[in-house]
Amino acid sequence: MLTAQQYERYSRQIVLPQLGEPGQQKLLQSKLLVIGAGGLGCAMLPYLAAAGIGHIGICDDDTVQLHNLHRQVLYNNSQIGMQKATCAAAFINSLNPDTVVSIYTERLTNKNALSIFNGYDIIADGTDNFATRYLINDACVLLNKPLVFGAIGMFEGQVAVFNHTTTDGQATCNYRDIFPEPPAENEIPNCAAAGVLGVVPGIIGSMQANEIIKIITGIGKPLYNQLLVYNALDCGTVKLTISKNNLADKFMPADEKAFAEHNYTIACSTAGEAIKEITAAELFLLPAGSFQLIDVRKEEEQPKIVKEELIKIELSTLNEHTGLLTAPVLITVCQTGVRSKQAAIMLMKIFGNNKKIYSLNGSIFQLI
Amino acid sequence: MSIQILSFGSITDITGSSYFTMPMVADTSLLIAALKEKFPALADKKFILAVNAVTVTENTILKTGNIIALLPPFSGG
Repeated sequence: MLTAQQYERYSRQIVLPQLGEPGQQKLLQSKLLVIGAGGLGCAMLPYLAAAGIGHIGICDDDTVQLHNLHRQVLYNNSQIGMQKATCAAAFINSLNPDTVVSIYTERLTNKNALSIFNGYDIIADGTDNFATRYLINDACVLLNKPLVFGAIGMFEGQVAVFNHTTTDGQATCNYRDIFPEPPAENEIPNCAAAGVLGVVPGIIGSMQANEIIKIITGIGKPLYNQLLVYNALDCGTVKLTISKNNLADKFMPADEKAFAEHNYTIACSTAGEAIKEITAAELFLLPAGSFQLIDVRKEEEQPKIVKEELIKIELSTLNEHTGLLTAPVLITVCQTGVRSKQAAIMLMKIFGNNKKIYSLNGSIFQLI
Repeated sequence: MSIQILSFGSITDITGSSYFTMPMVADTSLLIAALKEKFPALADKKFILAVNAVTVTENTILKTGNIIALLPPFSGG
């Protein structure tokens, strides 16, 4: 039963025959997790709380920055430096007492995602990086949760509903059916690098909120097996039908154990910022015996360099010779600095945080 | 005979236009090869094709009048 206050608060949507009191009851009983309280989250959260979603989780480990304020309209000048999830929760608490808010200010990882997701019916993705997007997608597939996806760049945005369970028990397409593998993180410019018009996440996040309300109340046709692409410059929208992709299962962790062991961060930074480079000048300052240089060039390449701390292992055989790498600091070197970066990525995958791994900036010639 | 191409996001930065045409070829593999030859920067880009607004996951025969979308992933939020 709705209270008199609730009848009044929600009267303008209860009067919609498609929604009615049963729809309002469904909203009040639903549990939604919004991941990312940035541009998309700031658009989704007020509408969903105002509509009377009963429980909203907000997951974001970031703080409010001045350069967020042109698009993240839940926040104001006085909140710079404060946790976004905390500020967004305060906004919702003052907007609608019917909505219970839970906040998660730790970073979402494959270690905590499943236990957090278990408490919610629907997951909404408003994150800003591929590592977390693939992690969220895979967690939703493993837990059979519908995922309302939104992503933006410059003047464009994408919206879809993934992994909805149909009446015959089949799951609709997910993100890996479109893009089975993540791109290198540096390949796709993010908001910081490429810019974004502030209203674009407002539009895309509002579309996500609309999909969420449709899924909960069972009205309309949510974007199942469809990806909507919006362009703010010409107000163009294109709806693509998503086909099932056989590669999706190949890259998807098979179970919760494989999910917990999957390295989402490395998978998304195959040529990216994760590689640390060291200059020759910095290298010469390192104490002898504290590091190993790994020359990953082929045997025939000139000049030959002989140094006590240098070991020659060709890039193609690096995986088989990691037992020779005993120093706590490993520095890969090659003719131009390209293969040494590839080698550094391979070593990062093998050693993780157990060793410091650098690629020499530039050519091995500097070491002559 | 030509194929109509719609491009999105960062792909448009490379192609220079969100709508253009390419000479007709038999299938999507040949089209991708022709696009990468015309726009070498596409070689390093991740994108998928949709033929008549349906995403394709393997080589697909093209027919006259097909409209092809080139769609990159977006990461921003």
